[in-house]
Amino acid sequence: MKRFFASDFFYDFMRSPVALVSFLIVLFLILSAVFAGIIAPTNPFDAASLNLMNGFTPPMEPNLFTGDVFWMGTDDQGRDLFSAILYGLRISLFVGAMAVALATVMGVLLGLIAGYMGGWLDNLIMRFADIQMTFPSILVAMLIFGVARGILPPELRDEMAITVLIVSIGLSEWVPFARTVRGSTLVEKEKEYIAAARLIGLNRWQIMTRHILPNVLNPVLVIATITLALAIIAEATLSFLGVGAPRTEPSLGTLIRVGQDFLFSGEWWILLFPASTLLALALSVNLFGDWLRDKLNPRLK
Amino acid sequence: MFYKRKVIMVLILLRRLGQTVLVLFIVALISFLIFRYVGSPVDNLLAQEATVQQRADLEEALGLNDPVYVQYFGFVWKALHFDFGNSYRGALPVAELISSRLPATLELAFTSALFALILGVITGIYTAIRRGGLFANLILSISLIGVSLPTFLIGVLLIWVFAVELQWLPSFGRGEVVELRWWSTGFLTLSGLKSLILPSITLGLYQLTLIMRLTRSEMLEVLRQDYVRFARALGLSERSVYFKHALPNTLIPVTTIAGLQLGSIVAFAIITETVFQWPGVGLLFINAVYFVDIPVMSAYLLLVGVLFVLINLAVDLLYLAIDPRLRNSQLGGES
Repeated sequence: MKRFFASDFFYDFMRSPVALVSFLIVLFLILSAVFAGIIAPTNPFDAASLNLMNGFTPPMEPNLFTGDVFWMGTDDQGRDLFSAILYGLRISLFVGAMAVALATVMGVLLGLIAGYMGGWLDNLIMRFADIQMTFPSILVAMLIFGVARGILPPELRDEMAITVLIVSIGLSEWVPFARTVRGSTLVEKEKEYIAAARLIGLNRWQIMTRHILPNVLNPVLVIATITLALAIIAEATLSFLGVGAPRTEPSLGTLIRVGQDFLFSGEWWILLFPASTLLALALSVNLFGDWLRDKLNPRLK
Repeated sequence: MFYKRKVIMVLILLRRLGQTVLVLFIVALISFLIFRYVGSPVDNLLAQEATVQQRADLEEALGLNDPVYVQYFGFVWKALHFDFGNSYRGALPVAELISSRLPATLELAFTSALFALILGVITGIYTAIRRGGLFANLILSISLIGVSLPTFLIGVLLIWVFAVELQWLPSFGRGEVVELRWWSTGFLTLSGLKSLILPSITLGLYQLTLIMRLTRSEMLEVLRQDYVRFARALGLSERSVYFKHALPNTLIPVTTIAGLQLGSIVAFAIITETVFQWPGVGLLFINAVYFVDIPVMSAYLLLVGVLFVLINLAVDLLYLAIDPRLRNSQLGGES
């Protein structure tokens, strides 16, 4: 830990206002999402605590019954927006992080296999990656989401929506990981320590996971950060379009979708607060990712 | 020598065409698998109380008992004749649904591509010429935020400002359209044109920033070249140097990238069309995903797949035609 604080990386980080500010915003948002249960004044999913009489309360106005102030107002059902945003942030970040985790594991594994094995396996994996890259990832995610809905029985569709969302976004983002890892694997496998590992009789799997993997992981962190921003935006987009998180488990995208409906009747706060939260999140993850890329691996640009 | 080069060019072209056909084959296979196995064609054609015998008859009639490859080629054959089956909702032919909504999407895509290309090139040139200037830096910083903004949020914000607060422009739909035989156009009425503005900006903004950045970096690259210095040394006016000598050389990469972006414009039209309730193919698709209308999804995948593959092919061939170095590197790859 001490070595980290004394490193060049940390020095540059402390002297880059963009990196520092964006990292702090991300950290702040992650912490608020994790501790949403403690910070949020009400539980937005608890129907018993809602009262329609509180519907459309503007920001900073009190609850008609308890007198508590709604900092960000309420929606049509009298749900406290501040709490809803905290829980929505939790879902957005959860889906984004899980999708990136899935894409990372899948992409790294396939990239390792393609690079190390070569031959028809390499051809198959990389040609498939090429075809998938022809389509924008948001379109791929929509298609997978639609197909998954088609396979699931109707009564499970809403229940499984979050899982399906994670899988569809994860599967739509694995290609950059696989391409980068394959490239570095091709370089690594020609080196002497791999020949030595082969000589002492290790099998392919051991060589791939124990010897090559640690040496090709460096750029993966950068791609993961950038992909996180993409995944968060993809999740928000799908939910906004109505093919993502359901209204019973609203993410930031779902909240914005709901907010748009009330824009015309003058209830601007139902849109403004979720939208600015999403904006802050996407922008700061993006800026931090860019900084990280320039710092750690400028070639990925 | 010349003869040999020609033969090799033809070989490269054939190989590229072969790849294209293979990709099309796979895209068609995926959309066939979705059509055949994700949806259940029988369940959606029969009433709930249909007997086992009725089901079996229908399965036989639809050819669902044939070998899979026969069904696949049947699917491709029908698709080549624009027969994608009937939509599960409303039982209209999918081809009819798509063709009635295609004009809306194409007009929107065309307008926003034009908007992105023109404004992108202009701002790109400006920010390159006035490098470091206050206004140029301002444009660049705004474009950075523009890239990070999700498309749908841009649309919602534009609606808020221009439709709700200022009430200058309509917030949804195409306005009045004029029917010209099988094409419905919004270009000929005032309300149609007004309705186009906000969706086109929403859809084109990302492409605009992309084209602007590309034009800027290409322009800066070209302005460093010797021939530009010589043109200046000759005493040519700045205007002539920028627009007659530098600009044409930046436009080749810009047009190819802009061409490649056409595909993603069509894809992102899904989002824009949903925000503005624009009655195009994208809105049709997103509703199909929501209501699990499998034939529409599969037909959309096939159409967009063909479009993307053709765009990529066209761009690749264009590169081959423009850049001789690429031909030589391909030759090296052959041996």
